[in-house]
Amino acid sequence: MKESNRPDGATQLEIFRKMTLIKINDEHARKLVRTGRATMQYYSPRGQEVIPSTISVLLDREDYICTIYRGTHDMLAKGVPLRELWPELVGRANGTCKGKGGPMHITHPKSGVMVTTGIVGSSMPIANGLAWASLLSEDKRVTIAYFGDGASNIGAFHEALNMASLWKLPVVFVCQNNRYAEHTSYGACTAVKQVSTRAMAYEMPGITVDGNDPLALYPVAQDAIERARSGQGPTLIEAMTYRFHGHHMGDDQSYIPPEEMKAAMAKDPSLLFRAKLIADRIATEDELAAIEADTEKEVSEAIEYALASPFPDLSELRRDVYAYEVTQ
Amino acid sequence: MSAATAAKSVNSDTYSMLEALRIALDTAMEQDRRVIVLGEDVADPEGGGVLGVTRGLSTKFGSLRVRTTPISEQAIIGAAIGASLGGYLPVAEIMLMNFTTVAMDMIVNHAAKLRFMSGGQTHVPITIRMLTGAGFGAGGQHTDYLEAWFAHTAGLKVVAPATPADAEGLMLSCIHDPDPCLFIENLQIYRTPGPRLAKGQVIPIGKAAISRPGTDVTVVAHSRMVKEAHTAAEKLANEGVSVEIIDLRTISPWDREAVLNSVAKTKRAVIVHEAVRNFGIGAEIAAVIGEELFGSLKGPVRRVGAPFCPVPYSKPLETAFVPGPEKIEAAVRSLID
Repeated sequence: MKESNRPDGATQLEIFRKMTLIKINDEHARKLVRTGRATMQYYSPRGQEVIPSTISVLLDREDYICTIYRGTHDMLAKGVPLRELWPELVGRANGTCKGKGGPMHITHPKSGVMVTTGIVGSSMPIANGLAWASLLSEDKRVTIAYFGDGASNIGAFHEALNMASLWKLPVVFVCQNNRYAEHTSYGACTAVKQVSTRAMAYEMPGITVDGNDPLALYPVAQDAIERARSGQGPTLIEAMTYRFHGHHMGDDQSYIPPEEMKAAMAKDPSLLFRAKLIADRIATEDELAAIEADTEKEVSEAIEYALASPFPDLSELRRDVYAYEVTQ
Repeated sequence: MSAATAAKSVNSDTYSMLEALRIALDTAMEQDRRVIVLGEDVADPEGGGVLGVTRGLSTKFGSLRVRTTPISEQAIIGAAIGASLGGYLPVAEIMLMNFTTVAMDMIVNHAAKLRFMSGGQTHVPITIRMLTGAGFGAGGQHTDYLEAWFAHTAGLKVVAPATPADAEGLMLSCIHDPDPCLFIENLQIYRTPGPRLAKGQVIPIGKAAISRPGTDVTVVAHSRMVKEAHTAAEKLANEGVSVEIIDLRTISPWDREAVLNSVAKTKRAVIVHEAVRNFGIGAEIAAVIGEELFGSLKGPVRRVGAPFCPVPYSKPLETAFVPGPEKIEAAVRSLID
């Protein structure tokens, strides 16, 4: 690794902060659903927190992301405030989208979260359009399209990669390969050993990287973002990771071999990175514990604030369908 | 026939829908740098569109604003949506209406819903152009009228002009509309000359036109069927029946006021569309007429549409498939007799 491509201590701590936020937020979210305090369509991103945490420290606030239903990690890492995210997750009027989008459709342009889609594969064609807009306005923004390994089997992926390469769009395609497309294992539904090899078909760089190691992912993401920003076109990054809590809440994960899950959990990226920061003397145990305690407090407060917030007025059914209010 | 000869074939007072659309796009692009065009074959090296509607635009406005795309409808609509979120006003050409089927996710799940699902933080000001209309022997997958699908989707606007001037005016309105608009063009009337749009004239979305005033029966139509309705109305006039033709121009949101005002006057209504009759937009309009004017109607609301089958290939079948003046006349007579 080039020394310039190694994140400095402050950057590593920033990555840790984001990972911690995602981890603690996820613990609260799952508990909330499990205990019945909230009913929401929640897809846990736990296990995948390194990816957006690392990528986001390389992005500006103005850079765009398009993400998917398993995307609270991407949103939090990009900067969606907890006190806007949580009311939306539980359908309240003061959520990012007035409670009209929900967990699968968070939008927050102020932090660059332009689209969250519940349709597998649909983040990529839209990311291309945002990137085209950046070419037209020469604003030097970069757009990140997040998606899973399952999405690399849908047509939209291939259409989007071809167009992005052809038009040299400033977009980075980030496949979070968590080894499962819903309940089907990667190998049972994907003809290629690695998603990154599909980039060859579109003459764009494709690289597989350990998506659970910030120090491995950082230089790869930095190169891809730099390439995009400097007009050299798109990159496909396949960040290898693992999904700790199944496809959806209540998923019994009977389709996952127990030893496979056990091995993955033993390499919990949040715990590993935490230990490394201490070992590398980037932070002390006390400093990290303080970050965790602050985050814990912040998340708890956001949730209580959200649950005490009002539901949207029924007149919202007529609003935001069009620019005008629907009357018929 | 090339676009150039089409343009020559009309005199200066009239023009074709094809020419009207090109003028609208040129005007919009000249007035606002945010207007951009994408679609298969739309740039000049590829001929400026399969029928020449976008001819000249890429040369004039540059290849970054007028982009020929791969045959990738999801990528086309996705790029249009994304560019609109990034502040632009894209006009995406999907060539034929049937090809929207491979981009339905982008149109229905995304373009239509992003304003609502974002609580109004984002919106999708795109225009999607598409050509359709049976009559040129294309068989089952190139000439369907699928407007009812899109009109049934909250968040989309659907327009279908019948005249060149309305095409120009509505195209300008769609481009500047803050919401996604589907723009349906008909091949059979693509080169039919019509009066030019008057300078400064605006054709707003959602406003129908009284295409022919009358007193006895209201015929509601759009796109090519307006022409067929006129042929029927001429014949019926000779028989002493006065037909009022309401050209919807916009299908969603449709002009209830114009339709109800006309039917309140004539007390008889026939709705005509080229799409199959079953579950077509005629059903919605008939239902509203029934709800609002039930007591004053002098007969049931009639619907004229294509039979419930795919567009057929063989010429006699295709001709019989498309509703023509005879079917419209028969429906009108059934209300008079």
